[in-house]
Amino acid sequence: MEITPELVGYLEKLGRIRLTPEEEERTQKELGSILAYIDKLGELDTAGVEPLSHAFGRTNVVREDAVLNGDMQDLILANAAETKDGAILVPKTVE
Amino acid sequence: MTNEEILRLSASELASVIREGSVSSEEAARAYIEAIKAEDGKYNSYVTVCDDAIEEAKRIDEGIRSGEIDSPLAGVPVAVKDNICTKGILTSCGSRMLSNFIPPYDATVVRKLKEAGMVILGKTNMDEFAMGSTTETSFYGPTVNPHGTGKVPGGSSGGSAACMAAGLAPLSLGSDTGGSIRQPASFCGVTGLKPTYGTVSRYGLVAFASSLDQIGPIGKNAEDCALLFNIISGVDDRDQSSTESDKVDLDKIKNFDVSGKKIGIPEEYFGEGIDEDVRARVSEAVRFFEERGATVEKFKMPIIDYAIPTYYIIACAEACSNLSRYDGVKYGFRPEGVDNLMDLYIRSRSEGFGMEVKRRIMLGNFVLSSGYYDAYYNKALQAKALIKKAFDEAFEKYDVVMGPVAPTTALNMGESLSDPLKMYLGDICTVLINIVGLPAISIPCGNDSNNMPVGLQIIGRHYDEETILGFAASYQRG
Repeated sequence: MEITPELVGYLEKLGRIRLTPEEEERTQKELGSILAYIDKLGELDTAGVEPLSHAFGRTNVVREDAVLNGDMQDLILANAAETKDGAILVPKTVE
Repeated sequence: MTNEEILRLSASELASVIREGSVSSEEAARAYIEAIKAEDGKYNSYVTVCDDAIEEAKRIDEGIRSGEIDSPLAGVPVAVKDNICTKGILTSCGSRMLSNFIPPYDATVVRKLKEAGMVILGKTNMDEFAMGSTTETSFYGPTVNPHGTGKVPGGSSGGSAACMAAGLAPLSLGSDTGGSIRQPASFCGVTGLKPTYGTVSRYGLVAFASSLDQIGPIGKNAEDCALLFNIISGVDDRDQSSTESDKVDLDKIKNFDVSGKKIGIPEEYFGEGIDEDVRARVSEAVRFFEERGATVEKFKMPIIDYAIPTYYIIACAEACSNLSRYDGVKYGFRPEGVDNLMDLYIRSRSEGFGMEVKRRIMLGNFVLSSGYYDAYYNKALQAKALIKKAFDEAFEKYDVVMGPVAPTTALNMGESLSDPLKMYLGDICTVLINIVGLPAISIPCGNDSNNMPVGLQIIGRHYDEETILGFAASYQRG
């Protein structure tokens, strides 16, 4: 699998990441060598093998829909960069 | 007892002198905090030291005296990896992204430590978001291996292993996604247990790859690890992947007899790419069990060749989803002077994450993206089914599977940063275990020609921590 500059740009967009031109160049090379190795998996015969998600077959687990956490608004807001009147501030989203 | 004598005790010995009353929890906490302040400048194994540990220990002493606190490790200090949430104490995950994050809650394991009367000494250094095998990608600078200047401690729980090796904690907690407890334990010459997936709640563990992540103990010996495992394990409503499991019986571990037990040795673990010294030390350790009546049989496990591709596809796919929550809004790093919401997301992530984290996010998005999903992610889940089958077959024949923890001893600092693929390949012996959720322990089994520690890995059946701890304890008894 060849990693092109366009693919690096696409992956930046998907991950909401912006790299510098130097980082892009380095990433192109590194992802290229990592994927060249990972492509080895293509050799493994998996015909007819069901993909496995949970390693020992655990499926949906439910619990009572109960509130377990107490009120900790102040502690939560203290971690936000900007707050006002008990709310978290973000840049204007609608012009 | 002098501070030096206190620092030399194992966790179970320390617990017993505290129980007898000849040493207080306060004295133990003070001895460790003073040692950390005096020594950790050399190792950088802690990101945060809890100055209030001594005050906390005083409260615990009262609880022990009144009979309110009664647990096998009451009063014993413990270090906690910095990706495990501690209420009111910085939980940075080794990242600029969380360099200002003060959790409003305790992880379930931290709540259990506190309920058991254990004293948190501090938070230990780690690879950023646990992504790395050297503890060099931390925003807080690298941790140094106490066994050799210029050597990495391994990772990602490098701080939790190095602080043990340096005598700056009697016990610690790490997390293991692809070897992050076992490999640093091996590089630092201490004992580390990666429990069965689900036995320890992940609530409050900063998520890297949720199907692989597991919290576990690092200690001076198997017995200490068993005691801490019993404290932190158990089903938790707040982690739907957690499961009920039996507590480990300490008496059974202490009196564990290996005679008649069957050990399987995958030939691939002793093949090309594994250091000669590592092969020799691990073979000697296997012989130890053989001489005491265990039977040893080599077998082929060709699926090991596909371990690294399978692991990195699954781990990165889960990581890119888990890390999409970091957007600079509710918590975490937010740069100054952002123009609009998209700019806030992109700049927070670009400036908040280091290069290794970005690389894995991009790799994860790639294997999940339309057009590549089947060839990579789905293929990896099929490989996972085959890996599980291979281990199921092995455990029909053997009680445990053994091999090295890592192909080499601790690498030189800087070696892996320049070549990420080389670092990934170093995970060859550990990642399979996470893919199928098995328990495994890493114990020191001698040194290489440069006097750096080698680790033996003992892998067990699901929920059979008792057997691997028993093997480990029997080796450590000698």
